[in-house]
Amino acid sequence: MIGGLFIYNHKGEVLISRVYRDDIGRNAVDAFRVNVIHARQQVRSPVTNIARTSFFHVKRSNIWLAAVTKQNVNAAMVFEFLYKMCDVMAAYFGKISEENIKNNFVLIYERLDEILDFGYPQNSETGALKTFITQQGIKSQTKEEQSQITSQVTGQIGWRREGIKYRRNELFLDVLESVNLLMSPQGQVLSAHVSGRVVMKSYLSGMPECKFGMNDKIVIEKQGKGTADETSKSGKQSIAIDDCTFHQCVRLSKFDSERSISFIPPDGEFELMRYRTTKDIILPFRVIPLVREVGRTKLEVKVVIKSNFKPSLLAQKIEVRIPTPLNTSGVQVICMKGKAKYKASENAIVWKIKRMAGMKESQISAEIELLPTNDKKKWARPPISMNFEVPFAPSGLKVRYLKVFEPKLNYSDHDVIKWVRYIGRSGIYETRC
Amino acid sequence: MQAVSKGDGMRGLAVFISDIRNCKSKEAEIKRINKELANIRSKFKGDKALDGYSKKKYVCKLLFIFLLGHDIDFGHMEAVNLLSSNRYTEKQIGYLFISVLVNSNSELIRLINNAIKNDLASRNPTFMGLALHCIASVGSREMAEAFAGEIPKVLVAGDTMDSVKQSAALCLLRLYRTSPDLVPMGDWTSRVVHLLNDQHLGVVTAATSLITTLAQKNPEEFKTSVSLAVSRLSRIVTSASTDLQDYTYYFVPAPWLSVKLLRLLQCYPPPDPAVRGRLTECLETILNKAQEPPKSKKVQHSNAKNAVLFEAISLIIHHDSEPNLLVRACNQLGQFLQHRETNLRYLALESMCTLASSEFSHEAVKTHIDTVINALKTERDVSVRQRAADLLYAMCDRSNAKQIVSEMLRYLETADYAIREEIVLKVAILAEKYAVDYSWYVDTILNLIRIAGDYVSEEVWYRVLQIVTNRDDVQGYAAKTVFEALQAPACHENMVKVGGYILGEFGNLIAGDPRSSPPVQFSLLHSKFHLCSVATRALLLSTYIKFINLFPETKATIQGVLRAGSQLRNADVELQQRAVEYLTLSSVASTDVLATVLEEMPPFPERESSILAKLKRKKGPGAASALDDGRRDPSSNDINGGVEPTPSTVSTPSPSADLLGLRAAPPPAAPPASAGAGNLLVDVFDGPAAQPSLGPTPEEAFLSELEPPAPESPMALLADPAPAADPGPEDIGPPIPEADELLNKFVCKNNGVLFENQLLQIGVKSEFRQNLGRMYLFYGNKTSVQFQNFSPTVVHPGDLQTQLAVQTKRVAAQVDGGAQVQQVLNIECLRDFLTPPLLSVRFRYGGAPQALTLKLPVTINKFFQPTEMAAQDFFQRWKQLSLPQQEAQKIFKANHPMDAEVTKAKLLGFGSALLDNVDPNPENFVGAGIIQTKALQVGCLLRLEPNAQAQMYRLTLRTSKESVSRHLCELLAQQF
Repeated sequence: MIGGLFIYNHKGEVLISRVYRDDIGRNAVDAFRVNVIHARQQVRSPVTNIARTSFFHVKRSNIWLAAVTKQNVNAAMVFEFLYKMCDVMAAYFGKISEENIKNNFVLIYERLDEILDFGYPQNSETGALKTFITQQGIKSQTKEEQSQITSQVTGQIGWRREGIKYRRNELFLDVLESVNLLMSPQGQVLSAHVSGRVVMKSYLSGMPECKFGMNDKIVIEKQGKGTADETSKSGKQSIAIDDCTFHQCVRLSKFDSERSISFIPPDGEFELMRYRTTKDIILPFRVIPLVREVGRTKLEVKVVIKSNFKPSLLAQKIEVRIPTPLNTSGVQVICMKGKAKYKASENAIVWKIKRMAGMKESQISAEIELLPTNDKKKWARPPISMNFEVPFAPSGLKVRYLKVFEPKLNYSDHDVIKWVRYIGRSGIYETRC
Repeated sequence: MQAVSKGDGMRGLAVFISDIRNCKSKEAEIKRINKELANIRSKFKGDKALDGYSKKKYVCKLLFIFLLGHDIDFGHMEAVNLLSSNRYTEKQIGYLFISVLVNSNSELIRLINNAIKNDLASRNPTFMGLALHCIASVGSREMAEAFAGEIPKVLVAGDTMDSVKQSAALCLLRLYRTSPDLVPMGDWTSRVVHLLNDQHLGVVTAATSLITTLAQKNPEEFKTSVSLAVSRLSRIVTSASTDLQDYTYYFVPAPWLSVKLLRLLQCYPPPDPAVRGRLTECLETILNKAQEPPKSKKVQHSNAKNAVLFEAISLIIHHDSEPNLLVRACNQLGQFLQHRETNLRYLALESMCTLASSEFSHEAVKTHIDTVINALKTERDVSVRQRAADLLYAMCDRSNAKQIVSEMLRYLETADYAIREEIVLKVAILAEKYAVDYSWYVDTILNLIRIAGDYVSEEVWYRVLQIVTNRDDVQGYAAKTVFEALQAPACHENMVKVGGYILGEFGNLIAGDPRSSPPVQFSLLHSKFHLCSVATRALLLSTYIKFINLFPETKATIQGVLRAGSQLRNADVELQQRAVEYLTLSSVASTDVLATVLEEMPPFPERESSILAKLKRKKGPGAASALDDGRRDPSSNDINGGVEPTPSTVSTPSPSADLLGLRAAPPPAAPPASAGAGNLLVDVFDGPAAQPSLGPTPEEAFLSELEPPAPESPMALLADPAPAADPGPEDIGPPIPEADELLNKFVCKNNGVLFENQLLQIGVKSEFRQNLGRMYLFYGNKTSVQFQNFSPTVVHPGDLQTQLAVQTKRVAAQVDGGAQVQQVLNIECLRDFLTPPLLSVRFRYGGAPQALTLKLPVTINKFFQPTEMAAQDFFQRWKQLSLPQQEAQKIFKANHPMDAEVTKAKLLGFGSALLDNVDPNPENFVGAGIIQTKALQVGCLLRLEPNAQAQMYRLTLRTSKESVSRHLCELLAQQF
């Protein structure tokens, strides 16, 4: 179980310190600072063991969150808790920064008391928390409301309270994907996968029952057995999902038996599911590098990028990062589109394009001057990396339906206004050169 | 760096550093550095040449980045360019960069060397200083190759500035330390010595360091430095604290220089008398100053003063020639023993340890015994306790052995685990070396095993067994004590081992007591059996089979135990084999055979204590000298250093004695003073020799014990015609000059090394009974080359042929390098004789013939049969032999310290029985015995009267034969 939780700023100063168990002494705070934050070599492992004490940390911008324990806990549970903690903080005061934490430290302590009890994680659902930890001043609650809080905290559906009413029943569905790629200079895909999330924001009255459908291969095939023509119509539109996880509101038994996703959604925004696919990924961009060494003191680089999606779609925030050798002494860049600049502090040429339509091509060429060094070490040639945002799901996922039933209140599926949006972003999108 | 950037206004550098200091995270820092590096690269790459200032600035930045832990792979060329600048700051930064960053295999080294050469050749002292510092801080072999010849010239040149000389001396020292072979010795050495007379104390200090290091390798070249150092030292010591101004440190004049000079003097033996007087004066002054009240309360003052004092004391110890100084030093250290500074106590104990080994100060050290014991008990710091234990060990001698050993034993119960084993070894050694009363020894060791059984190494308990086996006077006591110790409900396995062995050998000595009757002994041992390891169980099985021999009544019980499935079918092969063999042996063999096979173990050959060797090995060769107290007290080792079997303990010269002799190399008789001999011993005990000598490895012990005794029995051999025994006397050379002395050593003992030189070692092991004797000669080839035509022969000069029959066996004509051959001699005394037979050894070593003639250690007293008699019998016989020619008397001065125990041991070794309560004066020794020859028996009475005041002895011998009286008298007189 978690023995304590500390939040540090980038200098290693303690902002928040909460100890839940006696086996964690005060020196644990310093141990983490000395051995991880101020370590000579950067500590890459998220779990550090110092003097029989385990530290689990995550870093958000310049803030370190560290959970401490002396026992043999489930590390995945601890990290899940830390992420939840970040989500909760973000839900209350936005970006996690030193200033925000300092301004809201009372709130954070209050929260820590609620979501961790003697080191055991409790309900960390933002929606539920917001009902009894408010940022506004104390307002007297009616008896009814008080009884609701009790039933909510102890009830079966801990994530949604009863008696929610909206004039307009509305829901928003975002499919957010990040696509990861490693490609050889010759254009061979060495590894590629998409990790995606389905995020839902719901403003629905009562206790609605929802059912979510997408073009999951297994579901499509099952249905295809019944109606063969539908299969041929949807063709290869179905996708194979490697693995997925759901929000706690989803009824897993139903998913296991029928592979249907049905749930009573929490009020407000939540992450319905996470998934990962590795097959039949649409790669939005292709990078073609060309590096030529001219003698010991010069390097010529030419990079072509090709967009590979429907011409009607527009990719945004495109950024190509071309690493330069460590002994670069000067760079000249020419590019057709966008802006390119040599950033000495990052040892890279950064090429930015605001917008780019599908099935287009663009090119950059650079001349890099090198300083001769007495080191015979060859330049390792790190890969060219890329960032972008496209308005479709690179995995090919499609939302087929999202049905809402509310038997008690009299609004039907048709009365709900639904919005669906697809966003594909780059994860680690690299091409070797 | 701060001063440079301010004074020179390298603003860019200051800004860069403050930028980095202000970075909020590591990533930000790396970004800033990358940016700066790119900037510097573009500047260095730029076409227009940089001026010296910016070059310096950028090189400085690079250096800073490097010191932050980032790799720098450019800028070396710019740094080298800076070296040729004429500005001090630029040159300085250049040198700084190079000494930090340039590795020795860089291509730039040639350019750098060139620049350094130019600077050395310039007459600018600051530039020369910079260059020398650079050479010293790089200090690589390449640097040494390039400049080792140059620097001595700079050092001794007449017009070199003092500061440069200082740097040059230290630089040369550094180069000498890294590559001593590259620094040429030449005529500069004599001029360096004269730097000790330099007016500038800094130069003297630097030069002293250099000379000390050089003198350790080439003492001859720097011999002249001794007198200069002494005079310099005396000037410093006698100067008032204000004289030396800059070199006075907290009222102590030039402490560092004094310490270095004293250390330099420790490279040499005491100087000739004129200089020595002055040095003694200096040392006295230093000791006097230690008595003065401190001039300052600051810790620095006392530290500096004590540093000089300790160095002076170690010089005194090193010289070891001035008793007065040594005693004073010892007293001074004694004061420090109770000082409240832990460091001082530590140093005092350490120095005293070395003082204890000096004969002059040994007594003085002993006076502090109570303080040291107190330190051992109460000291908080474990390292100080360790030193105290060392010191106790070093100061121990016969007079205080009992006290020290008991204190160490008491301390052992609470001692730190780290030093327990060492203390155990030390206690074991001290107990053995200074044991007067062997029952005390047995008690001590058994106590040791009880208190710290885990730390008692194999060697320690092996040694107890050897001693108990060789001393029949303690066997009964040992058996009794062991029996009692074993009755403790929980006793250590080592105790079980010792107990098992001793009861197996000597259990019969206590069997008379109904409380320790044989079945009780057996059941006691067997109750421990199941808790022990395999090795111990094996030993216990051997004990059981010995019990069958000793106490036939236990036979049935023991056979039952052996027959049990847990033994006969034991998973361990060793145990199984023993059980099977012993069971069969006990049921097949008749009692006679059993008695022969399972006879009591014969005495072990004399050898240096194996535990001493172990302690030496533990300490490493460096510490050996401290432990080697042969230097201090040579006589003390003679009696107890190695335990020798007296003739009386040789109960049966059985063939199984081979077990001990065949494998063990002939052990050196005298305590080896040199480390070399010590190593030899270590080898001996490392090898398999130790095992068989301890008996119970079954196969070997067993088989050899079962060997038919016939072919080796003395009588059978005597009947053999011995062709090797007819020597050609004409080619026997005269005995070597030391032969008499060597012979003398063997009058009172039977085993040891007869002769040793670079090529050959001859060891002797002999046993005598009545008029017969057998002698084993071991010829060890100490070289790695084979000896050829090796032929040892025994020659009888004069009419010895009729008095003594010696039969030899032929030995192999070749002795391989490092190998050892054994020769057996059978001796029969026909009549009394005066001169010993000669042993002539001839062989070819590397083609050159070698010849050697020694006297065989066979003297008439070897055939003594000790006779016990009551006082009135003695006087009656004494009166019977009252004819003047029957008596021989000699009054002589003692050559060795007069010690009753030593004398007693020697007389026993001589062969006579010692009679107690005969002489009215208990100081006197009285002995009686019969010399057995084939033709006649000669009764023999002796009386030895020591006079402690006059250090004289009077020895009176009365025998029935005139010549025998005189001969014995002469032989014995030489022993005291």
